[in-house]
Amino acid sequence: MSSPNQAGPAAPMRADLPAPTKMLKGRTVYRVVWKLNTDVLVGYCWCGTAHEDTDPIALWEWLLAHPDTHGGGRTDSAVPDPEPELVDA
Amino acid sequence: MPSWPVNQWYVAAYSEEIGDGLLGRTICGEPLVFYRTGEGEVVALADRCVHRRYPLSLSHLKDDQIVCGYHGFTYDKTGACVAAPAQKRIPRTARVPAWTVREQDSLVWVWIGDQELADEALIPRAPWLDSPDYTVVRGMEPLKARYSLLVDNLMDLSHETYLHGGYIGTPEVAETPITTEVDEDANVVYVSRHMDDAECPPFYSKSTGIDGRITRWQDVEYHAPCLYLLHSRIAPAGVLPPEEGPDDKAFHVEVTYGITPSTEHETLDFWMVSRDFALDDEEVTEFLATNNHTVVMQDVVALDLLEKVVEGEKENYQELSINIDTGALAARRILTKLVAQGEERTAAAKAVTAP
Ligand code: FES
Ligand SMILES: [Fe+2]
Repeated sequence: MSSPNQAGPAAPMRADLPAPTKMLKGRTVYRVVWKLNTDVLVGYCWCGTAHEDTDPIALWEWLLAHPDTHGGGRTDSAVPDPEPELVDA
Repeated sequence: MPSWPVNQWYVAAYSEEIGDGLLGRTICGEPLVFYRTGEGEVVALADRCVHRRYPLSLSHLKDDQIVCGYHGFTYDKTGACVAAPAQKRIPRTARVPAWTVREQDSLVWVWIGDQELADEALIPRAPWLDSPDYTVVRGMEPLKARYSLLVDNLMDLSHETYLHGGYIGTPEVAETPITTEVDEDANVVYVSRHMDDAECPPFYSKSTGIDGRITRWQDVEYHAPCLYLLHSRIAPAGVLPPEEGPDDKAFHVEVTYGITPSTEHETLDFWMVSRDFALDDEEVTEFLATNNHTVVMQDVVALDLLEKVVEGEKENYQELSINIDTGALAARRILTKLVAQGEERTAAAKAVTAP
């Protein structure tokens, strides 16, 4: 098993996997994909922002910090993007 | 404050468990007695006689009424006392609380919390449990462990490789990455693991007759707090679902769990395995029933042990979480949120009724 540091946030990777299959259809669905052959998790917020981490707890914290850290000026009542765009973390 | 969310539906029993007699069961700390009226309606009352607290579940049912086995106080299906020994006058306050129950998909659901808030539309569905297109085996194991340990266990199927090796576990389960989704509004966690080329565990080779490698899909849908669905798809390696039309080259097994807190340290583990193949094959039915019971008991032993460990540990013990725990962490978060919401609504209701 590779050490988390090898693929850690120090060398941010683009969330370049194909968009994961969407299973849940709700208005505010968070999605976490495990990047193949790495220890990296990619989190997709329903607001359209993506972020990577090797620690699931830290990743959840980042996702749930919405909208303070990554949702820009949005408020909780913001309507999610219909087609979230995947961007660099 | 209880560790489970209130103002929620929980599985109390299988429909078939409630027949002619009285069934006593503690759900979320409430000792309840269940029975079915002559009309077929399921009734849930507090399992304590108002007189000297004798358990009504150990009493007698007569004409849709419970006659207390100690001194004969008699209760109707609303919980009102309709007869007391040697008395014409029955105190108006003589009644036991009644709970809201619904039957759906062969399960008896009970609403725990403020009875005024019970909303039938919120009961999660598992229609295959009651469908002619599936054959179902089921059982219930009481755990001497808190319900959150069962949630953790079911949300992380990588334990199949280790705890259930030789039954449902093969190396690929622990090795294949997962995708996790969380619907914050609906309180649903979805964890999916699709294995394209996997060993077929005996549980599936013996029941489906597939020999050789398989595509094995596990799609977990947890409807917090009480219903857990594992959609399991098994097909020979390379056989994927068609773009259109029914997925009829694959075998489907719906593994369903009712996760019902009983007390703070006990849980009712309702397990069901439904299949859409070999519907009338008694041998397959028997095999799946026996095998799944064995698997459930492996979990029971592990969780009962964990409960002792958790009870014995110091405050603020730090666990370690890794990637396989993403789904379990999401489930825990939702449960924490639901517990807080349940508290709030109960507190709000109390504030309104306070003088
Ligand atoms: S305890 Fe039930 S009638 Fe006395
Ligand atoms: Fe298990």
